[in-house]
Amino acid sequence: MNKTVYIPKDFSASAMGVDKVLAEFYKEINKRQIEVEIIRTGSFGICWLEPLITIDVNGVRIAYGPVEESDVASLLDANILSGGEHPLKIGPVSDIDYIKNQERLIFHRAGFTDPLSISDYQQHGGFKGLQRALEIGSKAILDEVINSGLRGRGGAAFPTGIKWKTVYDTDVDQKFIVCNADEGDSGTFSDRMVMESDPYLLLEGMIIAGIAVGATMAYIYLRVEYPLSAEVLGNAVQLLYEKGMLGKNILGSDICFDVEIRIGAGAYICGEETSLLESLEGKRGEVRFKPPLPAIKGLFNKPTVVNNVVTLASVPVILEKGGAYYKDYGMGRSRGTLPFQLAGNIKQGGLVEKAFGLSLNEILYDFGGGSASGRPIRTVQVGGPLGAYIPESQFDTLLDYETFAQIGAMLGHGGIVVFDETVNMANMARYAMEFCAIESCGKCTPCRIGSTRGTEIIDKILSGENTELNLNLLDDLSTTMRDASLCAMGGLTPYPVMSAIKHFPEDFNI
Amino acid sequence: MDDKPLNALKIPQKLFDEYQNLPGALLPLLHAVQGAIGYIPDDAVPEIAKNLNLSRAEVHGVISFYHYFRTSPPGRVRIQLCRAEACQAMDSASLEQHVKSSLNIDYHQTTADGTYSLEPVYCLGNCACTPSIMINDQIYGQVSPQSFDNILSDLTIVEKDQG
Ligand SMILES: Cc1cc2nc3c(=O)[nH]c(=O)nc-3n(C[C@H](O)[C@H](O)[C@H](O)COP(=O)(O)O)c2cc1C
Ligand code: SF4
Repeated sequence: MNKTVYIPKDFSASAMGVDKVLAEFYKEINKRQIEVEIIRTGSFGICWLEPLITIDVNGVRIAYGPVEESDVASLLDANILSGGEHPLKIGPVSDIDYIKNQERLIFHRAGFTDPLSISDYQQHGGFKGLQRALEIGSKAILDEVINSGLRGRGGAAFPTGIKWKTVYDTDVDQKFIVCNADEGDSGTFSDRMVMESDPYLLLEGMIIAGIAVGATMAYIYLRVEYPLSAEVLGNAVQLLYEKGMLGKNILGSDICFDVEIRIGAGAYICGEETSLLESLEGKRGEVRFKPPLPAIKGLFNKPTVVNNVVTLASVPVILEKGGAYYKDYGMGRSRGTLPFQLAGNIKQGGLVEKAFGLSLNEILYDFGGGSASGRPIRTVQVGGPLGAYIPESQFDTLLDYETFAQIGAMLGHGGIVVFDETVNMANMARYAMEFCAIESCGKCTPCRIGSTRGTEIIDKILSGENTELNLNLLDDLSTTMRDASLCAMGGLTPYPVMSAIKHFPEDFNI
Repeated sequence: MDDKPLNALKIPQKLFDEYQNLPGALLPLLHAVQGAIGYIPDDAVPEIAKNLNLSRAEVHGVISFYHYFRTSPPGRVRIQLCRAEACQAMDSASLEQHVKSSLNIDYHQTTADGTYSLEPVYCLGNCACTPSIMINDQIYGQVSPQSFDNILSDLTIVEKDQG
């Protein structure tokens, strides 16, 4: 039997040099004239060990990492193809604490399978949700999704089943599914990992959404910064068409469903759903007034489900195992699991899928192992650039939408950016305002003008000019932006700014 | 593009034909033009507008709204440096300073010899291995000033090898 080396094809692995490692493996295999198959997999999301390669030894995947180009010869010398000993040997992937202690309902295939192999996908439980969806039909699918308690993972945490039901109840000829793959928040990469490591999962979720609401056309709005996602997802769509699982009469049923990928153009605001729809229509990504909701009048004025990648990727397991099974995970009104992303100054950064309800402390220290620099962690920003900065005194906060809201923070898309004690919070507050100024769509004044004024005011505070007066001014400005902005871009920017001042006044010369 | 290479200002009718009937065709078309030519020349705007039945102002408005679209030629090596929080947490500021001073350009500029252009980017989704940069379509993680120099010299060697 041929031996197999599994090497990830993933943006982060690529960033850490996996392409050179791959080339070196080919070179060495050729030189040694040994029979080895190389299979490109997705990533396990253990980013700090990338490039992480695995070998199948009697059905168990043995991990080695992080592997550099210069390690390849010695790895082969050490007979890793049979699980041989080597300083880089970690042991069975599934025994690594980081993986073992997760609850992977969505990411259980990631890293193990070839993302584009339909048979791999099926052997590991793929398409069971779709199968059941086809059997039970729209109404029962809606019931399952409503019962699961699933809320949108893109940031706003709106109940997915309710959104779908609104579109279902609208009686028109054409409806759309739009997948929001704009993933603009710094510190987040779970959408990317779904698309690169398990693209059929997203597509399965989208087809189920289509069946549920009666939509036959779908768009995936993918950010231009993810070229590998575009490649993998593009191939996955193509392969499903060839298999008769997209297009007309899916799997012999009377269901038709088309999917098209559209590429964004580097505007953060296009992650906001109405701006995204404008962009899909070929326009400037200016935010629309709501109402009407996209579920009533969305893309080209038709009822549209806009859902985040992870939201849609959570649907297949709900259909396969039932809403009640999914709902069993989590706490309070946050049901199921969220793939948290540990980013920034963290020793063991990567993707941690867990049920809601663990504490920041647990995720930062038990999973993350503390800061990368070894210095104390001073603060974390959760939920992207519009999320509040949280001080260490609040690290016992449980990861749950409502608990976070209570401390004036948000979970958003589950990104956790870690900063050690060298961070200057006045700089971070300034950056939050500057980012808003750069990315504002310009439609409303509080955001468009406010963010520029805000940046100037913080500059004055930073240079020690009339500190007290300018702090008051900033406070007023923040209130105006929060209360009078048309969307959450201007409306939430005050949160990182004001939380930085509140928790770290010493950085503002106060 | 499979057939003839596009010369700077002439967009083949074939490209328009391909996108004309697509709903919301403007962004895909602009991507195709920039993918082929490297940027969207001002002279192309009237032609794009005519073919998609839009006004010039609309086309111009869209091009200027999106950071990714550019109206001047990029350098051969397009460097995108992440400015977002997860990279800042790992001192991307030092990297930024180093890149700017060693190339002697600021953001949105191209070196005089047309080799490098530098652009800010807000997150590349490599947030667990920061700071990140992207050069053309290749991503690099945990980039230090030192490793940035190595990356550039590797690129130069490859370019020389290819003549
Ligand atoms: C400024 C801004 C940026 C956003 N960016 C994203 C994004 O990148 N991805 C995303 O899924 N949702 C994003 N959202 C949230 C979307 O507007 C919307 O709530 C979401 O796509 C709905 O899908 P969900 O219910 O599945 O979360 C953003 C919202 C705002 C205000
Ligand atoms: S808050 Fe900012 S991004 Fe949102 S609509 Fe107003 S100007 Fe546009």
